Amino acid sequence: MDRFLQYALTGVSAGSLYALVALGVVLIYRSTRVLNFAHGDIATLATFVSFSLLSRRYSFVAAVVLSLAVGAAVGIAFYLIVLVRAQRQGANLLGMVILTLGLALIIQGVVVYTWGAEPVSLPFPISDTKTYRFGGVVVSQLALATIAAGVAGSLCLYLLVQRTRVGLAMRATSENVMAAQTLGIPTRLVLGVAWGMASALGVVAGIFLAPALLLDPFFMLDPFLKGFAAAVLGGLNSLPGAVVGALILGVAESLTGAYLTIQFKNTLAFVIIIVVLLVRPEGLLGREFKERV
Amino acid sequence: MDLVESYREDLRFARRPIARALLGLALAAVVAFPWVAPEYAVFIATLIALYSIGVMGQNLLIGYTGQISFGQAGFLAIGAFTFGHLRIWGMPFLIALAGAGAAAALAGLLVGFPSLRLKGPYLSIATLGFGVAVYQAFVNWEVLSGGRSGLAIPKLKALPGLSATQSVYYVYVVLLALFTLATYNIISSYVGRAFIAIRDAEIAAEVNGVNLTRYKLLAFALSSFYTGVHGALYAQILGHIEPQSFNVLESLTLFVAVIVGGIASVEGSILGAAFVLLVPKVFADFREMVPVVYGVTILVVLIFEPLGLYGRWLKTRLYFQLWPFR
Repeated sequence: MDRFLQYALTGVSAGSLYALVALGVVLIYRSTRVLNFAHGDIATLATFVSFSLLSRRYSFVAAVVLSLAVGAAVGIAFYLIVLVRAQRQGANLLGMVILTLGLALIIQGVVVYTWGAEPVSLPFPISDTKTYRFGGVVVSQLALATIAAGVAGSLCLYLLVQRTRVGLAMRATSENVMAAQTLGIPTRLVLGVAWGMASALGVVAGIFLAPALLLDPFFMLDPFLKGFAAAVLGGLNSLPGAVVGALILGVAESLTGAYLTIQFKNTLAFVIIIVVLLVRPEGLLGREFKERV
Repeated sequence: MDLVESYREDLRFARRPIARALLGLALAAVVAFPWVAPEYAVFIATLIALYSIGVMGQNLLIGYTGQISFGQAGFLAIGAFTFGHLRIWGMPFLIALAGAGAAAALAGLLVGFPSLRLKGPYLSIATLGFGVAVYQAFVNWEVLSGGRSGLAIPKLKALPGLSATQSVYYVYVVLLALFTLATYNIISSYVGRAFIAIRDAEIAAEVNGVNLTRYKLLAFALSSFYTGVHGALYAQILGHIEPQSFNVLESLTLFVAVIVGGIASVEGSILGAAFVLLVPKVFADFREMVPVVYGVTILVVLIFEPLGLYGRWLKTRLYFQLWPFR
């Protein structure tokens, strides 16, 4: 039983990071109908920025705040400069997916060029080796901090979307752009804010992942795929769905690694998703889509 | 432009004497190329030929049928390793090639089944999952992949009177010609029109009597057959394969080739393949910059020339046909 709890807790800790990534993916998808394949790469870029700042002896808080700002700025700039133009020309889903892929490739190149392809480790104030014991379960300080970051990120997003005027404008815009514009909501600005927030959430996930993994230009690829898969599992237009999907994915993955096979841990995660999607194509908490003819 | 007076004239391949002359010249250039160019250039041209086949397959799926697939690296790996094992068991080249294509097509059918229920973003994650699963299966099962050292594949025998590089070049160019011909015939037949109808409006296509199940599965099977052959030819020319070369980035490169060359165009597929192979050679001294070039090209192409290189080529041709008027 202790072993089960132990692995489940590891899963929750990984799942809370997947949740941050998935929330970003969902936020972007439901407001602008774009699948952002550059999500992981924006986070990589910003995490490397915080690495540079920390090695120049900036304080940890300052480095994190600055890298969040960098991530958000890249997201907003890409939306306002590239995507708005493409959408004006009537780009379809495929076209916009490809544009984000283009951004992803550019960022990859820039990161490799600036910081090199050698893995580095991010100096992180929270230790991986210091542990606490609850009954039979051992938790590291890092795992606790990770879960806390996941909860804090989700909570902030929830309050922002449900309790503020900006959130109201965002919900209105994602519901019906035309009606929102008629009511005087600056939809382009609102969508830009959504892109910025989503990218910032990804950066938080990146910074908390960096101490567990080594920092190299492709370190976000795997977590991004998982977060993306979690978003699809939960339903791409549902924010709570993203969190639920991410936690299910994290726990399932960790338990698979513990009881079945460690080598195919990642593969089985995807298999679960494909099976769930075949039964419920709109995701666990997603709304059923109706297609207009 | 040209006045077509009879059906027979409409069917003719080269309409004007000048077109015939240019076509002849191009053909002569392709045949003469390995005799005048340095060996390295011939090798690159061979790579472009085999890459074009894979890009055409990807284009059938993305460009013509409108199904997003990120699992191409999986089909590449299946094709390459099936081919490798068949060759090691002593099968002749062409039979091993057909086997590789068939194995990949079978996998394509399997991946195609989710596409009956999943659309757009949901399909892309399912195919991405397939690509990752195949990659890990090959990395972890040493029986399939020959372990850490990979599979060594017997070389092709040189054709009489030619060097090894030259004979591989001719074999691959002939294969490319066959696949190009096949693609043209597919897209201008009922099957191709069904694909395009599915891309443009699924429900309308079904209402008009296109069997969605059959044609979506067919699109996946065909496209992965092409990709499997691409994998096999790649394995043959390298002479040595290991699972690490078939990762997600390989799927992305194929994607870039389709977009830059031109969505839904056969000539564009060849141009796109040439693009993704030549850029890393031109920027050999700035290897880190290759993804940046790809990325910037994608952004520029999609915003300014959505038909890609093929669209540019069409416009240039039109310009000269209409010159001096426009």
